[in-house]
Formats: sequence, structure tokens, C-alpha cells
Amino acid sequence: MTNVNLHLVVPDPLAVPSPERNEPIMEIFGLAKRYGKNEVLRGVDLTLRPGRVTAVVGPNGSGKTTLIKALLGLVRPDSGQIRFNGTELAPNDIAYRARIGYMPQAPRFPDHLTGREILALLRDLRDASPESLDRSLLEAFRLDPELDKPLRTLSGGTRQKLNAVAAFLFRPDLVILDEPTAGLDPVASVALKDKVAARVADGVAGLLTSHIVSELEVLADDVVFLMEGQVRFAGSVTELKDAGDGRLDRAIVQLMTEKE
Amino acid sequence: MMDVVSNRSSALRLLSYELRDVLRGRWAIAYAAFFLLVTDAFFRFSGGGEQVVLSLVNVVLILIPLVSLVFGISYLYNAREFTELMLAQPVRRRDLFLALYGGLVLPLSLGFVAGVALPFAWHGAAAEHAGPLVRLLASGVLLTATFLALAILLATRFDDRVKGLGAALFVWLGLAVLYDGLVLLVAYTFSAYPLETPMLVMTALNPISLARVSLLLSMDIAALLGYTGAAFEQVFGGGFGSVLAFGTLLVWVLIPLALAFRRFSRKDF
Repeated sequence: MTNVNLHLVVPDPLAVPSPERNEPIMEIFGLAKRYGKNEVLRGVDLTLRPGRVTAVVGPNGSGKTTLIKALLGLVRPDSGQIRFNGTELAPNDIAYRARIGYMPQAPRFPDHLTGREILALLRDLRDASPESLDRSLLEAFRLDPELDKPLRTLSGGTRQKLNAVAAFLFRPDLVILDEPTAGLDPVASVALKDKVAARVADGVAGLLTSHIVSELEVLADDVVFLMEGQVRFAGSVTELKDAGDGRLDRAIVQLMTEKE
Repeated sequence: MMDVVSNRSSALRLLSYELRDVLRGRWAIAYAAFFLLVTDAFFRFSGGGEQVVLSLVNVVLILIPLVSLVFGISYLYNAREFTELMLAQPVRRRDLFLALYGGLVLPLSLGFVAGVALPFAWHGAAAEHAGPLVRLLASGVLLTATFLALAILLATRFDDRVKGLGAALFVWLGLAVLYDGLVLLVAYTFSAYPLETPMLVMTALNPISLARVSLLLSMDIAALLGYTGAAFEQVFGGGFGSVLAFGTLLVWVLIPLALAFRRFSRKDF
């Protein structure tokens, strides 16, 4: 607190926030989206803080994917506000996405490009220098020998590894992980979980969806339970566990089967 | 200013990767090889360059719209997840749209132009028949651009690929096959009335008819024009008519492209 230099730094809206300042990396208020008559999101609030992983759980069709897509600008919300590092996002903002690592579920890459070309493309789009990259997952997965093969020849698990590497490569402030370990072998799955934990300890925020309860228990700090487009529960994993007599799976099942 | 420069390079960067993907897929190469073989065969079996252009007209008018629609729409559906991944990066939708479109238009157009022009060159007919050849190539490129724009429009409109492909085949069947029959039916039914203006309008409403008219008007073969073309020639004669037809063909590129861009910009992926 005695560091004078801190006060001289001009605030940059996209800069990595220091972990001791607990200001949210992403905040959303009253997010709503409907497709025709189908109200997919009905006023969702969510706060993602540095150094914490928030798990979004809920039954299929509860709006999890639409929520993630709205945060990334893939889906245009009908109403609501999204703030990234304190700045409200306009509909055509793209710069903030350079600060997000996104790991989509079951990715498909262009058939005839190689993994190395995908990573180079992502780097070109951000003008990131080769020295600034975080290659640790590439090494942990021993992915290098696969990087020069056409992507159509790679297995689903290998493509998922590439997907994970890409999400962490640019040292993001926020990682969005959609079913991250689906399709990964146990070794890769552990390596990925270790990576998430390490980055979160450094102050990165995480948003996670998963149906694997043990994964939620290991990775998540907070849980947001989404049902029919509304947040039915928001709190820490510990709170939720206590509600289920110390068992997270039981608590989640209870939430899913609960009447309104 | 900086903004414009960085956007353009973003679209160009995406385009360079997409071109690599399309070219390695070998479809564009096979497409070029097909035109190469067909054009060469026409030279061997039908003699003069003028006749080769004439024989190619129907191949161009039927095949280019079909291949552009089907190849374009399948490519776009296959690239759907990748499109989503790209839009989660710091990339403007406009840049990705231009890269997707350019990555399809360039290989297919160049494949067609090379496949037709090279046999003309090695049979020594390119200089003598430069006029009709250039018109043929220009119509082919404009049709490629039009039907790839329609492909993006349909792929963005329908999330379901079976529906999208079905709609594409329906569009092709309507414009390439059924339309002229419809025009003929109208001409026959209302033959007691002056039909020049309605015929011109009906021709302008179909890019394939337009391309046919503009090509045949330039080749002095009124017998092959069909009713739509006859009306065109009657009103406009040679030069001005084909300029007008090419201009309208260009409008036919721009309108579906603008509609596709609008939809792509607003779409929920």
C-alpha cells in the first residue's frame, strides 16, 4: 500500500488488474435474450472476479451456451449491460476479446490447415509477439509433433488439446471454458486443471460450464445455477455443498428438481 | 485512419489462411481442371474459337451457378464452428465476412478463368477471339460472385444445413431451369400484347438470363437468343445492350452481397 508508483499509473481499461484490487473483470446486469417466443435469458446478473472461477450449471437448454455467446458478442442480447474491466461494452466492441481465452465445446477447425497455422492465425489477429505467449500447455500436452498435421486427420481429443492451448496462449484476463475436459484423456485433463488453477492463482478470472461434478468441486469457487434463463442460485461452492448435506452432486440435483 | 488500416489487414490475414484451406482442399483445382478439359475438348471436336465460346456459354450458365451455390454453402456450413471461434477473437464481423467471401470468390473465379483461358492460349485462338472470350470470362466471374453471395445469404439465413442446401438447389433450379420456361409461358399466353418491356424486366430479374443475353448479343447469333434475348436486341441493338446487361449483372452481385452482409452482421451465432 505504500507503493507510490501505483498512483502514477494511468488506468488502462484493458490492462491486467492486479489481484489485490478485487474489482470485477466482467460484470453483467439484466441480460435478456429471446428467440421468437422462446425467452432464453431472462435478466441474468453475473460478476466474474479476478482469482475466482465461476461455474455456470443448469439443465440442458437452460441458457448456459447463450450466456457465454452473449459475453463473447456472438449473440446480440436484447437488453442488459456487460462491463469488461470496468468499461461498458458497446455492441461492436472487439478489443476486449483479445483479453479473453475461449475454449468452445467440441471445436472444428478448417480441414486443411495445421495446428501451427491456427495458432499463428490467432496470434496474427492480436499482433502478439512470440515471446509474450504462454506455451506451457503445449509442452504439458506434448502437442508439438501433432502441430504440422492437417487438422482433419487429428482425433477429437487432440483438437480439444489445441483448443485448450489456444485459450491460454495469450495470457488472458478471463478464460471461458465450455465443457473443457470432455474428450480429453486423464493425463491431459489433469494438466488442464492444473493450468486453470495456476492461472487463477495469478489473478485470472474463470467461467466454466461442466456436467462433471468432481470437476466443479476441484475448479470452481462460485456457482451460478441457471434454469429457464434465470439465475436460481448464486453463491460459493461451500454454501451450495452445505445445502446438500456436504455433497455437491446432491445439492445440484436438488436445485434441478426443485419446484419454483 | 489507423483503424481502417488495421481492419483491412485483419481481413487480409484471415483471407490468406482461408485461401490456403480452400486451395489445399483441391476442389478449386478440380474445378479448374474440369474447365481445362472441357474447353480443350471443344477445340478438338468443334473447330473454330467462336464455336468454342458458344459451346461454353451453356456450360458456364448452368454449371457456374450450381457449383458456386453448392460448394459455397457446404464450405460455409463446415466452417460454422470455426466462424464462431473467429468471432470470439478480436475480429470485426465485416472482416470475417470479407475473408469468407473472398476465400470462395477468388479460387473459384481464378479456377474458371485459368481453365478456359489456357486452352484458348495454347490453341492460338485467344487474340483472334479476345472480345467474346473476355465477355465469357467476365460473365462467368460475375455469376460466380452472385451465386457465392447467395450462398452466404442462405447459409446465414438457415441454421440447418439440409434446409440451406435444399434452398440453394431450389434457387438454382428456379433460375437456371424453370425461369426460361416461365418466361416462354408468359410470352405465349400474352402474345397478342406488346411484351418488350415485361420481357426486359423479366430478363433483368434473373442473373442467368441476363448473362445469356449479354453473351449472345455480342456474338451475332440471333437465332439462339430465345424470346428474352430477342426483345433485348430489338430495343437496344448490340453495344449498348450488352453494357446495360453487364451493369445489371453487377447489381446482381451487389444486392445479394449487401443482404448477406447485413444478415451476417446482425446474426446470433
